[in-house]
Amino acid sequence: MARLKHPKRALSTNPLKSSTPLGAALAYLGIERAIPLFHGSQGCTAFAMVHLVRHFKEAVPLQTTAMNEVSTILGGADQIEEAIENLRAKSAPRFIGIASTALTETRGEDVVGELKEIVARRRDFDDTAIVYASTPDFDGALQDGWAKAVEAIIDALVPSVTERDPDLRQVTLLAGSHLTPAEIEELVRLVRAFGLTPIVLPDISSSLDGHVSDDWRGTSLGGTTIEDIARCARSGFTLAVGESMRGAAKLLEDKAMVPYRVFQSVTGLKPVDAFVRTLMGLSGQQDAPPSVKRDRSRLIDAALDAHFHTGGLKVAIGADPDLLFALSTTLASMGAEIVTAVTTSQHTPLIDRMPCDEVILGDLGDFERSARENGARMLITHSHGRHAAHRLHLPLVRAGFPIFDRIGAQDINRVGYRGTRAFLYEIANTVQAEHHRASPEDFGAAPIPEEFEHVPHAATC
Amino acid sequence: MGDALKDKIADVFNEPACGTNLSKSEQQRKKGCAKPLTPGAAAGGCAFDGAKIVLQPIVDVAHLVHAPLACEGNGWDNRGAASSGSDRYRTGFTTDMTELDIVMGHGERKLFRAIRELVEAEQPPAVFVYSTCVPALIGDDIDAVCKVASEKFATPCIPINAPGYVGSKNLGNKLAGEAMLDHVIGTVEPEFTTPYDINIVGDYNLSGELWQVKPLLDKLGIRILGSLAADARYKQVAMMHRARVTMMVCSKALINVARKLEERHGIPFFEGSFYGISDTSDSLRRMCRLLVDQGADTDLLDRCEALIAQEEAQIWADLDPFRPRVAGRKVLLYTGGHKSWSVVAALQELGMEVIGTSIRKATEEDKGRVVDIMGDDKHMFDNMAPKDMYRLLKDAGADVLMSGGRSQFVALKAKMPWVDVNQEKHEPYAGYMGMVDLLNAIDRAVNNPMWAELREPAPWDEPLTESRVLPALSGNCPVTGIPAGASRPVVTTVAPEPAPVTAPAEGVAAFPSSETDFEDC
Ligand code: SF4
Repeated sequence: MARLKHPKRALSTNPLKSSTPLGAALAYLGIERAIPLFHGSQGCTAFAMVHLVRHFKEAVPLQTTAMNEVSTILGGADQIEEAIENLRAKSAPRFIGIASTALTETRGEDVVGELKEIVARRRDFDDTAIVYASTPDFDGALQDGWAKAVEAIIDALVPSVTERDPDLRQVTLLAGSHLTPAEIEELVRLVRAFGLTPIVLPDISSSLDGHVSDDWRGTSLGGTTIEDIARCARSGFTLAVGESMRGAAKLLEDKAMVPYRVFQSVTGLKPVDAFVRTLMGLSGQQDAPPSVKRDRSRLIDAALDAHFHTGGLKVAIGADPDLLFALSTTLASMGAEIVTAVTTSQHTPLIDRMPCDEVILGDLGDFERSARENGARMLITHSHGRHAAHRLHLPLVRAGFPIFDRIGAQDINRVGYRGTRAFLYEIANTVQAEHHRASPEDFGAAPIPEEFEHVPHAATC
Repeated sequence: MGDALKDKIADVFNEPACGTNLSKSEQQRKKGCAKPLTPGAAAGGCAFDGAKIVLQPIVDVAHLVHAPLACEGNGWDNRGAASSGSDRYRTGFTTDMTELDIVMGHGERKLFRAIRELVEAEQPPAVFVYSTCVPALIGDDIDAVCKVASEKFATPCIPINAPGYVGSKNLGNKLAGEAMLDHVIGTVEPEFTTPYDINIVGDYNLSGELWQVKPLLDKLGIRILGSLAADARYKQVAMMHRARVTMMVCSKALINVARKLEERHGIPFFEGSFYGISDTSDSLRRMCRLLVDQGADTDLLDRCEALIAQEEAQIWADLDPFRPRVAGRKVLLYTGGHKSWSVVAALQELGMEVIGTSIRKATEEDKGRVVDIMGDDKHMFDNMAPKDMYRLLKDAGADVLMSGGRSQFVALKAKMPWVDVNQEKHEPYAGYMGMVDLLNAIDRAVNNPMWAELREPAPWDEPLTESRVLPALSGNCPVTGIPAGASRPVVTTVAPEPAPVTAPAEGVAAFPSSETDFEDC
């Protein structure tokens, strides 16, 4: 439906996207005892770390190979080796996920080859799984980095099998970058409700859900275990959530012949129905558990109550493609009109399917301009949208990454029947919170003059 | 990197006004202050980050970052420098270089077009153009682009050459200062000058800290003519060469600017801090003395003393109510440089006990002052690994951690109060009145009743003293038909009517536990 518009301009005003390596780092953080490592100069890492910390309000064990001018020119293999050595000595990670940056990609190193050599030579690194993803900053956005990292993890750590040995009650849930910890939890709950055991990859719901652990570790505090990653080969099925997870799902199929289905969205009645239908099929159940049925009927009630507020609502939305698709289709299915859609990456087939006329590949400058021109009544984007919201006097519903001016970003749930219900309430309540008092001018009438000027009585004594 | 940049770096590494620098050999000096970074153990920003920190608080300028996405996309709008005027500095402008720009070598052209679009859309008084790693690596000449653009668009375009990989934040600070010296300072003449005009260098007005100090200057009739870069306008930087005295706030990061202002324009400088009571007084004194030396009326000194006496008396009176609320509390200070001692005296005066302070980035002079105040040096430590700090806090060696945001979670996860005293903080703690805010923050942190509650044991941390064991689940799950608890040990014993047990019962039978909710089978 929609076409992609690529504004012809050299200046980007107020970036909407977060960088590709940052997406990879986030995915790596969903692995147990992990340390993400940026192959680049230290500044990129510092910025990304601050970004992640501001969103999750957690310490983030992100590290850097600390490339300088000399190592950039001579090549950074030594830096990588040294970094791995130091990280192992300091924090004993079980997993190190490396992501390249614009700097190392511009120079163009053969990191894959060099890493292979390092790992072969350094047998003492054997008890740490090391994964590398090529994620230049200048190509794509957070979502792409996440997808590349997940593919790299599968590529390196899921064994190739030539015979099916499906553990029929085990499924792999490939979680897209747009899912919050609470959303992953919600999906896990749904899967479990059908008596299936999910392996989540990557699982930030146990590492970045905001919890206090009993000790201080310089690695991630939860996530998919290395063993579970390998076990994905035995799953009976792969549920990929988010179009960007298709590549990873395919890879699992290639390596271990696990069939898959991609759910482009699990927000909104129909998408969740499809998800549940699949779970019924996988578990061989004709019926759904009572809690699921109850949640569905409550969502229907929520939709009935909310549609008064969502019908005809003009919304401007800016997000990575998967999130943009999930939220905007839900709103469109509730009668809202997506008047502005801005996204960060063209590496997605979803653009055509977006429920609007055009999708701008742009920044928050485009977002603000278009929202103003098209008379949006509500903005949906991440926290940086606050500037636009302030200038346009419009309410801002925060969605995506980063959300730094609210706490509890990890707890936002907009998937499944329950999450959709919460989302509809959120939108409807935001609409209601905006008081609009009608004035004669609204209907084209001339303003009604004040009848008299109130003059305070002159003091009599 | 280009030769010009190389020379610049060599130049800032050779800093005659820096004591640490002077004590080094020629050889060491060439290497600069930054230690080579260790891969896998490095933290902190890059030179570009440092340059941005110094210059971003110039509020009316358009800050344009020539870079692929990461540098600005992950970094804009993340600091709390306050502005009393324009909000332009908060907007993130970047060329967002794509693969095509890099491979085809379109970087310079794109930058030029970006400047044009920026000037047309915003009409800023100036555009600051930051180069970053990738354009520097592929050899984009931002100086040339800026030169052409300045003429073409009649707007000063200032190249800031501080690509990230040349070094640390600190080096970036200095390179930003050099860019100001080369291209901005001295380009505008003030309408009038007075003998009470000063420069403030190295303060960023975080959360409005400068405004806590400005009333003091106002009362003394001192005017902030030039500023780098607290709440500054472009013109204020351009007019710095006409001030009488430069105050360098808090750090040596911009000492090159202060020194060159002295060399080139005869403006003496001093290093001071508005952090802590005695430091504030001290800074005011030195500022007035220098102004008098430079031709201000001598009665300034008397007025200054009078003001200090009055303000100090007032502030101690204001702080008095906090005494009973904070006395006896043990503080662990973990900051860098001057902050390690500037508040120590005041905290001790209020009855708090400082059990340790870090001396990262502190000079010998700083360390000396810590010893003066704390009696000896056994409370000073250098870097502390987060793990050790966590242990120290967890074992309640301290009552509150005062540090920068980096260690925030170390404290919080150890269920220990934390007070932010670093750059990213959201409250201003400068001048006399800032001390009240600081004490307020400490009070709020340590006396929050939440701590006691959080540290209580969890329900399962204490052995049961009484129990009542219900019959096991029976029947089948309505959905799967699987008998409840089929795969689990079924507890058949039914406990007799509650016989209150006082001691933890041996082998208390627990409720059969399940990984899932019952309804989820
Ligand atoms: S290190 Fe280089 S690429 Fe990374 S943020 Fe700094 S300037 Fe940008």
